[in-house]
Amino acid sequence: MDIAFLYETFVTLISAIPLTLQLAATSVALGAVLALGLAVCRLSGIWPLDWFARGYIFIFRGTPLLVQIFLIYYGLGQFREVRRSAFWFILRDPYWCAIIALMLCTAAYSAEIIRGGLQAVPHGQIEAARACGMSRFMVFRRIILPLAIRQALPAYSNEIISMVKATSLASIITIMEVTGVAAKIISETYRAIEVFVVAGAIYLAINFILTRVVALIEYRLSPHLRQAPALPAVAAGEMR
Amino acid sequence: MNTMPDIATTPAIEIRGLRKSFGPTEVLKGIDLTANEGEVISILGSSGSGKSTMLRCINMLETPDAGAIVVAGEKIAMKTDGKGKATIVDRRQVQRIRSELGMVFQSFNLWSHKTVIENIIEAPIHVQNRSKAEAIAEAEVLLEKVGIADKRNHYPAHLSGGQQQRAAIARALAMRPKVMLFDEPTSALDPELVGEVLRVMRSLADEGRTMLVVTHEMGFARDVSNRVIFLHQGAIEEQGHPGEMFTNAQSERFRKFISG
Repeated sequence: MDIAFLYETFVTLISAIPLTLQLAATSVALGAVLALGLAVCRLSGIWPLDWFARGYIFIFRGTPLLVQIFLIYYGLGQFREVRRSAFWFILRDPYWCAIIALMLCTAAYSAEIIRGGLQAVPHGQIEAARACGMSRFMVFRRIILPLAIRQALPAYSNEIISMVKATSLASIITIMEVTGVAAKIISETYRAIEVFVVAGAIYLAINFILTRVVALIEYRLSPHLRQAPALPAVAAGEMR
Repeated sequence: MNTMPDIATTPAIEIRGLRKSFGPTEVLKGIDLTANEGEVISILGSSGSGKSTMLRCINMLETPDAGAIVVAGEKIAMKTDGKGKATIVDRRQVQRIRSELGMVFQSFNLWSHKTVIENIIEAPIHVQNRSKAEAIAEAEVLLEKVGIADKRNHYPAHLSGGQQQRAAIARALAMRPKVMLFDEPTSALDPELVGEVLRVMRSLADEGRTMLVVTHEMGFARDVSNRVIFLHQGAIEEQGHPGEMFTNAQSERFRKFISG
């Protein structure tokens, strides 16, 4: 093992981590908003919205992300209308194409996770909120969404992790994130194993921290699911 | 307020010709009921008699097919849509009226992600736009009253059923409701926990609160309420003063019902 080379590679790849994180964070954040909209469409009971969301999810879950990236980056540029449109300054930029593809893809998966979370909210708690005179929107914002997020978070953490890994596909359209930089080093050194081992370790480290962070958030959001602090009076009462 | 004679006040709740069907089943077949201010009305009936549905129509958790609901003199505006289905005209009116009616559910329905105190101050702050300090101060008084002040920062899952229901009563009271609606408040409780909830309800009755109570607790109906309504197959079979009803009921069915 050439420790010096590994270290050198590590240092070079570290400089690419911010871009990887940026791609993941931006696409996950935008994707979550889109996913919430799609999940609400699915549950709206209004059939054009429901079927739009179903179709969207079907297409974006059913096709490879790499194909979606290619279609957006190479495909859209074929149309003169697109090249002349106001969106061209975004769509000709590989960075934004990658963000858009990642966002559209994660939204499809996340929409189903969020839908599951929304549907798992106990009906009685929604009814109690309505009975207090809350508007529909307030019931959604104050009661349904907070409960749904708590339900969905464990499954959603999977999605975030897979998005961090999916950012590596952006290297195909010239983006120099961790995998992109790794590929470049390999093309210069032909030392694929060392470089990809380091790159893999970096993803592993990112996802390790990420799972810890999500676990912490989960912990903070769910005191109601844990044993009560101090020996609860409930248990004491039952013992009597 | 106290100097005004009772007769002159508008009824707290008026139900006229209330009808409701679920699919082909007609659950309510034209109910008329007036609850005056300060009255405690127990609504009895075997399961499927429509008593819960009737209560849930008052705050529009169920939309009646026909009939009128009048809360403190204000009629809830309803219209019939193209398909002949009754719908609410003004959502905001319904929301406002709901905020004036305290509802207590069989299964408590406390918000599981909020502590007891957060459950109680939620609607006063966000629906009634009261200040947080004021809402908390009032919540603490209510918790004291229902006897769970020490459970203030507990989550519902950490409370017994009786404590949860008392918290739910405090949550309803925090809205300063004109009328309290109880939908089988003790039916989901272990027998030994029923007493603590009934005691709280009795203290509310003693304060002169207007209460409509769907219940199977014959003791409560007989001893606490001013009036007993007996529903059978979606219609009021008999009603009257509990003393009369329990000793000298006209309805054969009601006599059978109370003898178990």
